Amino acid sequence: MAELLVLKNLSKTFSPGTIHEKKAIENLSLTLEQGDFVTIIGSNGAGKSTLFGAIAGSFFPDTGQILLDGADITFQPEHRRSRTVGRLFQDPLKGTAPHMTIEENLALAYLRTTRHRSPLSITGKKDRERFRERLASLGLGLEDRMDSPVGLLSGGQRQALTLLMATLVTPKLLLLDEHTAALDPATAEKVQDLTGKIVRDQGITCMMITHNISAALALGNRTLMMDRGRIVLELSGRERAEMTVPALLKVFKEKVSRELDNDRMLLN
Amino acid sequence: MSLSVLQGAVEQGFIYSLVALGLFLSYRTLDIADLTTDGTFTLGAACSAVLTILGHPVLGLLLALLAGALAGGVTALLQTKLGVQPILAGIVTMTGLYTVNLAVMGGRSNLNMLREENVFTAAETLLGPTGKLILAGAFALGAGGLLFLFLRTQLGLSIRATGDNREMVASSSIDPALTTTVGLCAANAMVGLSGGLLVQYQKFSDVNLGTGMVVIGLASLIIGEVVTGRRSVARGIVAAVVGAVIYRIIIAAALVANVGAQNFKLVSAVIVAAAISYPTVAEKLRFARHRKEAEKNG
Repeated sequence: MAELLVLKNLSKTFSPGTIHEKKAIENLSLTLEQGDFVTIIGSNGAGKSTLFGAIAGSFFPDTGQILLDGADITFQPEHRRSRTVGRLFQDPLKGTAPHMTIEENLALAYLRTTRHRSPLSITGKKDRERFRERLASLGLGLEDRMDSPVGLLSGGQRQALTLLMATLVTPKLLLLDEHTAALDPATAEKVQDLTGKIVRDQGITCMMITHNISAALALGNRTLMMDRGRIVLELSGRERAEMTVPALLKVFKEKVSRELDNDRMLLN
Repeated sequence: MSLSVLQGAVEQGFIYSLVALGLFLSYRTLDIADLTTDGTFTLGAACSAVLTILGHPVLGLLLALLAGALAGGVTALLQTKLGVQPILAGIVTMTGLYTVNLAVMGGRSNLNMLREENVFTAAETLLGPTGKLILAGAFALGAGGLLFLFLRTQLGLSIRATGDNREMVASSSIDPALTTTVGLCAANAMVGLSGGLLVQYQKFSDVNLGTGMVVIGLASLIIGEVVTGRRSVARGIVAAVVGAVIYRIIIAAALVANVGAQNFKLVSAVIVAAAISYPTVAEKLRFARHRKEAEKNG
């Protein structure tokens, strides 16, 4: 197995030297093998989203190094990185252009990820067929609405479309930041299933932040628990297979110094 | 209105439609109110006039186009790399361009080129009395067609996404500085070309030619959108051309009726303000009505 993502001693402090100083991640190291699907849990402010921000390039780390597929991307601009790093946010409105049609959004995702195309390249009939097939695989009937503006879709449909856009050309790494948290339970489950299926079928290396502990254990092959900018627990293999939701919650309470954020931690 | 007056209005409409197309790109697509437009139109006019006088009208149009793109590039640089707010960036460039435009025109505030050959006189010699109409129409259709094709490309789609949802842009491997720059350069290139064509058409250039052009262009676009709707890129592009032609026909009618074309800057301003504020006003009225009924029933 090859190392796909290597984080070495990553640190990031926001507003250093002010009263708002916040050490978001501290000396964090992590290695992902090709094909790993890592789920990440942790209370609010644990540094989960900051970690994603650093990997995706929303900001640069204060110290440390990020290697993706052997290349140092620590200071590569976000828009360059996102050709190979797909990212989904909690807000379903963040990933698609509302006044552009489904087909245009897909064309954008498709054309921008293929590195060797010129800026003037366009999509043809074959691509349209490909988009239609992939849309059909979502099972949401979107393949018959390719000319509709994305703004007319529901949150769940938009998030599913964003997922499809991020994986239309297989990314090296997929970052899912609570991407089903804003959806109703039934839709969330549907999008979660789609995510599992796409990640499995395309063999995508994936990291997923979730507040749903049972999902954190059910999906993927590794689980990380974060607190105060550090990884405080890592589960994989048999240890993970034998872990139950109550047991993990107990560990969480022991490891995490602060009160558990019960509002957001779902026990279902 | 006689047929010749109507033909003249349509010819001018086609020429001005390049401004509306530029604003369709900057205002409707990129969502930037680009006030560079006023200065760029005059810049294109000045470049074209000077080279026409020197006997190179075609080169004049090319230079008008390139100078326009450059002006758009300056505005883009100010807002994407130097942190100047978009509206202010346009105003700064426009203000600076006034001096540049005077310098291009050799320090004179207007230039006549009544005797010089230009692309429209050449078209008339070649194609007869409809030559000017054909040439102006070709420019409008050519620019509109190219813009339509361009907006379907990877770069074009990226520009549209930049204006549509800035939040998605960076995480979608789009460099917003690049898309904004390309969009503003292309938009101002069309505006510059429009100015360049107009001075050759009217054989006269003036340093104040571009004043209010951004509002006139927007008014044209909005008038066109009433006719075509604004559901798609194709409709928006047709709206720009149709709207500019309708606008010039209205102006011509006003001239014939002796209303005075100088009143039309105010009319344009009212059209733009009314059209842009319409959704907000309609929403407020709806709410007021809703509340009244609720209070009556409640």
